[in-house]
Amino acid sequence: MDLSYSPEEQAFRAEVQEFMANELPKELSEKVRLGDEALTKEDQERWHAILNEKGWLAQNWPKEFGGAAWNAVQRHIFEEEAAKANAPRIVPFGLSMLAPVLMKFGSKEQQDHYLPRILDGTDWWCQGYSEPGAGSDLASLKTKAVREGDHYIVNGQKTWTTLGQHADWIFCLVRTDPDAKQQEGISFLLIDMNTPGVEVRPIILLDGTHEVNEVWFTDVKVPVENLVGEENKGWTYAKYLLTHERTNIAGVGFSQAGLESVKRIAKAEKANGKPLIQNPHFAARIAQVEIDLRALATSNLRIVSKASAGEAPGIEASMLKVKGTVIRQEINDLARRAVGPYAMPFPSESVEGDNMAIGPDYAGPLAAQYFNYRKLSIFGGSNEVQKNIIAKTMMGGGR
Amino acid sequence: MNFDLTEERQMLQDTLRRYLREKYDTATRNKILDSDEGMSAEIWAELAELGVIGALFTEDQGGFGGGGFDIAVVFEELGRAGVVEPFLDTAILGGRLLGAVGGQDDLVEEVIGGAAHLALAHGEPGARYDLTRVESTAVADGDDVVLNGRKAVVVNAEAAGHLIVSARESGAVDETDGISLFLVPTDTAGLTMRGYPMLAGGRAAEVTLDDVRVPSSARLGGVGAGWQPLHDTLALAHIALAAEVLGAMVSATALTNEYLGTRKQFGRPIGTFQALQHRMADMLIELEQARSAVINAAGYLETDSRDLNIAGARNLISRVGRLVAEESIQLHGGIAMTQEYELAHIAKRIVMTDHRFGDADYHLERFIELSAA
Repeated sequence: MDLSYSPEEQAFRAEVQEFMANELPKELSEKVRLGDEALTKEDQERWHAILNEKGWLAQNWPKEFGGAAWNAVQRHIFEEEAAKANAPRIVPFGLSMLAPVLMKFGSKEQQDHYLPRILDGTDWWCQGYSEPGAGSDLASLKTKAVREGDHYIVNGQKTWTTLGQHADWIFCLVRTDPDAKQQEGISFLLIDMNTPGVEVRPIILLDGTHEVNEVWFTDVKVPVENLVGEENKGWTYAKYLLTHERTNIAGVGFSQAGLESVKRIAKAEKANGKPLIQNPHFAARIAQVEIDLRALATSNLRIVSKASAGEAPGIEASMLKVKGTVIRQEINDLARRAVGPYAMPFPSESVEGDNMAIGPDYAGPLAAQYFNYRKLSIFGGSNEVQKNIIAKTMMGGGR
Repeated sequence: MNFDLTEERQMLQDTLRRYLREKYDTATRNKILDSDEGMSAEIWAELAELGVIGALFTEDQGGFGGGGFDIAVVFEELGRAGVVEPFLDTAILGGRLLGAVGGQDDLVEEVIGGAAHLALAHGEPGARYDLTRVESTAVADGDDVVLNGRKAVVVNAEAAGHLIVSARESGAVDETDGISLFLVPTDTAGLTMRGYPMLAGGRAAEVTLDDVRVPSSARLGGVGAGWQPLHDTLALAHIALAAEVLGAMVSATALTNEYLGTRKQFGRPIGTFQALQHRMADMLIELEQARSAVINAAGYLETDSRDLNIAGARNLISRVGRLVAEESIQLHGGIAMTQEYELAHIAKRIVMTDHRFGDADYHLERFIELSAA
């Protein structure tokens, strides 16, 4: 047992810190600090370009595709430092969701065409998995693709499509064999969002933000060369995608940054004339979540080390997802509590042209974020589904 | 022992529930939430006409109720329907505070009739939930009093014709003695406000008092004696807020129960999964606890254990509220994250009540203090 990072890992951390200090634009980190819903498409693209320039954008890609080929510990270190520095999150859809699928199952032509465009930002991808009737039960999806000569004709509806309003392309799970067993009739299709018949409709979330969409397909013609791998094998690719990129599933970096932010706020806020952080009840709440987070950080490193050694994480990833999201949500709850009455204003609809904060500047987005982050335990496989996976694996499927 | 509502209160409940069911649907409320005013003048007038405001006042004050259970009945219904109109601010924090100090019968009558809005300008930046922390000052100048200071998150300030402003005439910054209350028309020179919408609906404003000059007759009650009527009025406000959350939780659990019965995953309604059934059962158990806590708060209003029961109720309601809001969203899944779905608004009403006059920790501390006394 040795909990310390190796000299190489420490040197890497120093390099990441220096990079964040020198290359992360202040306008971007300031937006992230005050709630990353303010980030525009251009902001995201700018940060991607800066990372790409350094060769740090495609962290999990092998070198031959232009990636950084970091191991899991390096990626973990980057995630921690990026969260600490309030760097925008890397938009994962092309980089860490589609790309690994193309590398493993795509054709040479698909790899040569799409991967460079993901790296240089030519194409913004979104994910077409969930449907109105198929959330946690993803395999029950109904969007269908019917082969007609050199094309598939796609009809149906996807939902919860994150940042689909910015996307040029969508990777979709579609049903190509309606008669096969649920998981066996699904294919993995790449669809140009500019094709006639594709319509994006915004879904406004409960905090007033527009980050997800419905995507409707009406007789959309998709060339057959946009099929990834084999027809009706899409479920295998989809599962690969879902299990592949799960190292940051615990969100430890985000929680650490969030907890530091809560502590700063609790030092600035006063309760009965004294800093809130000295209030025994609030201090206990902070301590409780910090104790949990310190354990989670080590759980995460244990699993990260295994992954670096080449072992695929199994139910551990589900455990990290459940605990990680619960802790992040707890921190968001503390943050809104910390600001007292100033949690009530709704600044995203603040007086037009008036950017002045209401109350302390950190208070603005906190209650809205508390509600927004309820999504963490719902999306990416709800916590209930994760618990099913854990129970099924540990207790045997027959019970 | 009798836990039934009186006939009058039962009628009030039925009338209000029927009206809100017919008139205050999700589409109507969303239109109100999107409006510049953040409330509907028409609905306000109709509810006043139905006697909903009058039910919140005693007969002495010109109303026909005003007891703890009158307030609880009205606010539970308002909570069920997710009503965002400022009944708490105009009627309780405004009207009942005027009633407590006396001498403002005409204005109270206007409030009961639905013709006047009021707002309590008490909390200050940095005061958090501490009611005695008043830094705003009132200085007598001949027959006038000059007010200076800043007031934070004054709910309903823009709609109000008058603000009830607390300001210190003597004493240290956190003393109960020395706080006076003033009735200040909102168009008085030196009074400025910066308005904004709130996350759970309605509007508030940051109010600045810059040499606001009012006649000394604007002082409500005795010099430096504002804290007691304020404290007594807040007892009513706490009952209202607790009952409102109770009503909202009734709606949240009903929506969730219905959704569990209709949403299918893995080939069957998700409500058939025992893991989810137990979570629903937990919510329903806690909901009954919450109802009893509201009954405690309303029922002990006229006794020595008023404040203890109120602190207990608000602490319990805050804890149960968070559970019900979060679990209702989680059991629904993504649909509950969308603004247009009923539950989103209801959940916001529940959780954001924490931020009005004290969260679970504040009321726990109050309870500890009071039970040690």
